[in-house]
Amino acid sequence: MPTLPARFKLAYENFALDVDLQLPSTGVTVLFGPSGSGKTTLLRCIAGLEKAPIGYFEIKGQCWQDSTKKHFIPTYQRNLGYVFQEANLFPHLSVMGNLQFGVKRQTCSTVNSSNFQEIIDLLGIEHLLNRKPDRLSGGEKQRVVIARALLLKPDLLLMDEPLAALDQQRKQEILPFLIRLHQHLSIPVIYVTHSQAEVAQLADTLVVMQAGKVVAHGNLTDTFNRIDLPFAQDKGASSVWQGTLSSHETNYHLSCVAINDNTLSLPLITAPIGTKLRIQIYARDVSITLSAPTDTSILNILPAVIKEIKADNTGQCTVRLQVDHQSLLAHITQKSAHLLNLKAELMVYVQIKGTSLLG
Amino acid sequence: MLSPADLDTLWLTFKVASLSTFLLLLIGTPIAWWLARTQSPAKGFINALISLPLVLPPTVLGFYLLILMGPNGALGKLTNALDLGALSFTFTGLVIASVLYSIPFVVQPLQSAFNSIAQQTLEAAATLRASPLNTFLSVVLPLSKSGFLTAGILGFTHTVGEFGVVLMIGGNIPDKTRVVSVQIYNHVEALEYTQAHWLAGCLLAFSFSVLLVLYTVLKTPPQVQQLK
Repeated sequence: MPTLPARFKLAYENFALDVDLQLPSTGVTVLFGPSGSGKTTLLRCIAGLEKAPIGYFEIKGQCWQDSTKKHFIPTYQRNLGYVFQEANLFPHLSVMGNLQFGVKRQTCSTVNSSNFQEIIDLLGIEHLLNRKPDRLSGGEKQRVVIARALLLKPDLLLMDEPLAALDQQRKQEILPFLIRLHQHLSIPVIYVTHSQAEVAQLADTLVVMQAGKVVAHGNLTDTFNRIDLPFAQDKGASSVWQGTLSSHETNYHLSCVAINDNTLSLPLITAPIGTKLRIQIYARDVSITLSAPTDTSILNILPAVIKEIKADNTGQCTVRLQVDHQSLLAHITQKSAHLLNLKAELMVYVQIKGTSLLG
Repeated sequence: MLSPADLDTLWLTFKVASLSTFLLLLIGTPIAWWLARTQSPAKGFINALISLPLVLPPTVLGFYLLILMGPNGALGKLTNALDLGALSFTFTGLVIASVLYSIPFVVQPLQSAFNSIAQQTLEAAATLRASPLNTFLSVVLPLSKSGFLTAGILGFTHTVGEFGVVLMIGGNIPDKTRVVSVQIYNHVEALEYTQAHWLAGCLLAFSFSVLLVLYTVLKTPPQVQQLK
């Protein structure tokens, strides 16, 4: 699979960005890290809004910046879409005027009316087209902004914490649209956030940043479950598995989701068989047994291999296991780990008490 | 009633003010844009220079311009060399002086209008394929409409009201430099109070109605520091 090379070095008074990444050319790559970690700066460098003195970025065989050749394409000539944290609609134009702003300026207009309608429908903004931006709610504004970026048929979509400025209710209103987008888009998306929930729901690839550097980079599940990163110790630590809806047990109100060779039972999911699903398993909902339990009420029991154990100073420990090719985290007490004599490479069974569906 | 000579001064005043306002908007826009966006250390210096006419007695400004534009001044020598003659006591000289005298009244409202446009709005335009010039024309201009209206009106009315500078560099030449404010002074000197009343009344009515429009039409009327 071709990758997007992104190398940037830039220094401010109290901050230095130094990254050298190969970003995937499909799916959603989430840049995650605390504020001040440089994720937004990296996004701005990719967009050309920030001109890094040392930088290289290439997409689809087109070089956007190569500082060794003093080559720099200004932002307005890059085929990208950018969604800012604040919705940034032009207040003097209607929603329609905003949507057409970029399209009208494109050198080769590729937007046809069916594409327009598709994007309007995808984001549910048909009824807003004639309004002025000051008559929209925060969530509606952000949907219009996303549509405005998508209408350009960009080669790359950059999103800078598009939900951060919204309250919890608005976030819940927009997330389904983002998830739908994720399923429909074929272009690479780079998404900046400091929310673990958004990482779990949207990321395919995760880049963890700290103090201007990349501290971890890889596919979502592996990176999310790396025991040396703060995610795994967090009380809300979880693993995200991707599976396919395989069958229903309607009499029990259950659905079966195939994950590689294993199957999980979940509360009934109203979606057609074959639908791709994201399932989140919280580490606190996973327990470990040495032999396969037969007399338990828990339905989801899978064979696993312990890979790593890390104890903290509150009597808890985090266990990283491998189930098939998927990684899974469990939070158990240190006493249990000691009594069961758990150690790396031990074959065990995991009981999963609860799962949640991420859409 | 207004005499033909009075009408001439009104017409001349209108010409000076219109031309000055046009030039002020032309020159003031890039200066205001630069001041609103720059991080340059020269910003403070330029800001102070632009604001100088707010505090300087018009006679002081007029005095320096007289020296500068006179036959022995730097500008005077230049215009003489170009066969244009000295600019002092000419219509052109009057317009140049008006532009300098009224520049803060145009630059400051524009600068505050430009300041209120977020950097991110401009960046959003760039991500939507708009070049910097295109962004200025299609985003900045429409968003600064009221700033331009304020700047134009303040520049015009302030030029109409100038007196000290005109006397210093323009004198009192009919049809060339004799503007309304000077004519009122002439009438009073000659004890023609009725004539003075008519002209003064015209200026009063004009100034008030312009400000009335400014304060009723605009959502955010200019504040005191912009008016002086």
